[in-house]
Amino acid sequence: MKKTDLILNLSDHSRLSKVDAKASVEVILEALTKGIVSGEGVEIRGFGGFYKKYRKARLGINPKTSERTQVKEKFVPFFKPGKSLRKSVNKD
Amino acid sequence: MSVTKKDIADLLVDRIGVTHNQALSITNDFFDEIKKSLAQGESVKLSSFGNFIVREKSARPGRNPKTGEQVMISARKVVTFKAGPKLKKATQIGV
Repeated sequence: MKKTDLILNLSDHSRLSKVDAKASVEVILEALTKGIVSGEGVEIRGFGGFYKKYRKARLGINPKTSERTQVKEKFVPFFKPGKSLRKSVNKD
Repeated sequence: MSVTKKDIADLLVDRIGVTHNQALSITNDFFDEIKKSLAQGESVKLSSFGNFIVREKSARPGRNPKTGEQVMISARKVVTFKAGPKLKKATQIGV
């Protein structure tokens, strides 16, 4: 499923114009992004949580040239699936 | 305080001009639609955000960390999230 499919489904389901459904999806994604970036995290009951995780600086190797390079410390986005999502994926 | 469905709904009321009830239903539908697709084993790709992918895990031996007992962990499906370049980049801000 792609973003456009999601927008069409939402528009059908919530009796929303396609324009409003598209705008809603963008607003929701922006809210999720903000929650992750700010470090607050996002918690959606039954679906899961979005957080950012710290990664230490490390020595990396360029797999192409096998050169050693310093990789800087960074944060990476992380999703932890909720109980209900884990269950629904496994129900068969 | 982490962002919740209520925060998202409030933002929708502000920005799209829908009623509070509509905003809540849109928010619920958004996550339900993603869940439904994943439940059918179909990945969800949201450009500018990231991809939710269903992965098959084969059975493997594990251990109960409390008792040290060996048990078999059954084959299962798990949802993984792979952040897109835009989200990854945004997460770097403030390092």
